[in-house]
Amino acid sequence: MAPMPDVEVFAHETLGKDLYALTFASPIDLRAGRYQPGQFLHIRVSQSFDFLLRRPLSLCNADVDHNRLTVVYRAQGAGTRRLTACKPGDWIDVLGPLGQGFPIRAQDHRTLLIGGGVGVPPLLELAKQLRASGKSVQTIVGFQTAGQLMLVEELAMYGEVTVMTDDGSAGTRGLVTTALTAELCSLADRYYACGPSAMLKAVQQTMRVRGVPGYLSLEERMGCGIGICVGCVHAVYRDGQLTNAKTCREGPVFDEQEVVFA
Amino acid sequence: MNDPRMDVDLAVNLLSLHLKNPVMPASGCFSFGKEIASFYDLGVLGAVVVKATTLDERLGNPTPRVAETAAGMLNSIGLQNPGVKRVMQEELPNLRQYQSLPVIVNVAGTAIDDYVDVTRELSSSPDVSAIELNISCPNVKCGGIQFGSDPQMAASMVRAIKTVATHPVIVKLSPNVTDIVEMAVACEEAGADGLSLINTVIGMAIDLERRRPLLGSGAGGLSGPAIKPIAIRMVYEVFRHVSIPVIGIGGIMTGADVIEFLMAGATAVQVGTANFVDPLACPRIIDETREWCVQHGVRSIREIIGAASRPNER
Repeated sequence: MAPMPDVEVFAHETLGKDLYALTFASPIDLRAGRYQPGQFLHIRVSQSFDFLLRRPLSLCNADVDHNRLTVVYRAQGAGTRRLTACKPGDWIDVLGPLGQGFPIRAQDHRTLLIGGGVGVPPLLELAKQLRASGKSVQTIVGFQTAGQLMLVEELAMYGEVTVMTDDGSAGTRGLVTTALTAELCSLADRYYACGPSAMLKAVQQTMRVRGVPGYLSLEERMGCGIGICVGCVHAVYRDGQLTNAKTCREGPVFDEQEVVFA
Repeated sequence: MNDPRMDVDLAVNLLSLHLKNPVMPASGCFSFGKEIASFYDLGVLGAVVVKATTLDERLGNPTPRVAETAAGMLNSIGLQNPGVKRVMQEELPNLRQYQSLPVIVNVAGTAIDDYVDVTRELSSSPDVSAIELNISCPNVKCGGIQFGSDPQMAASMVRAIKTVATHPVIVKLSPNVTDIVEMAVACEEAGADGLSLINTVIGMAIDLERRRPLLGSGAGGLSGPAIKPIAIRMVYEVFRHVSIPVIGIGGIMTGADVIEFLMAGATAVQVGTANFVDPLACPRIIDETREWCVQHGVRSIREIIGAASRPNER
């Protein structure tokens, strides 16, 4: 890999309260195709030592024609709040796309996408690529409350979207697993899920009962993003034994069959 | 002076090793090299220090294992590694392709016997240039740090290791002690060939929402630019009291930081957290170190080792 020059920011939009879409020049030539939905960009929010570590933000949209990438993030900590200050024309330090994304399987026809909260953004690029591969896409997204909804209209461009909220202020009251009925799941060849660990664990359990295979994009606190600090591990059952896999390099997307939740 | 075409000799001799420059990645901040090798030719490094290696495989601590802090980070990895046999079979041979790149293996354990067994295994390896004894990891229960905070125990450990080691033995010291010089002198008298310092400073962060320590195992080791002044002071003090070489570690982000450690008395340095921020940190820091020498008319970097302790310098 060649040295990574900083990349130019083209747009930085506010999508909602504390919710931002950041668009910048891709560090790699997207026409070469070496990127996947579910991968992440590892971004420095400032050049100062105040915020030393990069922030992993998942790829939400790849604009191949203009060679631009968009990430959607919620400013929920001091580092991401610092990132909100960056403007079109600024240059930022971006590493990636990194990690293993969502595989798109030739034999699948009907796919089910399940997202929770800030786990929703990577599903947009995934839905786009699944549709481009001729597959049907059905999406279930869950949020705490109506004010946190994101990307629902965008996802609806690729298939039906069901919205669930914890408090019933938008869509249907309940968890995403409430929507995973036997009838709906009988129409899916595979599922793809991204969200908080509690949601992924519940989705994994439900979908095992429903007999649908799938992929989970795991969330762990990351350091380096390239597999050298061994900070972001998650338990997996592999080759007959329990081990710790690096979420940044071996994931963040894993086959649900090997993922072990505490 | 200030001639951009000036040749600068960055080479240093460390123990019996020839380093083409004084910069090496620190243990645990480089894994075993495969990942970083996709970013640059590891042959540009002065040496490498691979991840702490224990007798048996360790899965490490619960997550979260890392947390950013002001100008630094906390980690509590807990020495996750595949065990010495797999390290020797699967990891170290990958580094053979970098000829004349010294490979230092960090050895960890929970009892003297563990350290001795790991060292004995490594002693037969053609891929090892030196051993770094990790008696300073803050992140494992009864693992290492008690040897790193008691001079008598440290000396017993060093003597036991020296009876089985066929390679030079570097002892990595903890800053979490009252008197770093006492620890350094005890290791030197017990036969250590070199010292590396400092390991991380024990720290903690609290998750305000959960009202619990943020890291899965509670406390962790603080690293990064925040700890550099602590490291500089300790290298400076230790350098004045021992005659074995000192490797400086702690928050190095730039070439100027390398120069600072060398002036404090370090013969070489290890770069840790900077690798997590920028995979290309080491080659950049080497270039910056060379550039500093050019700008300051320093023809051999060896001239500045310990400069801060010598009378009548500038």
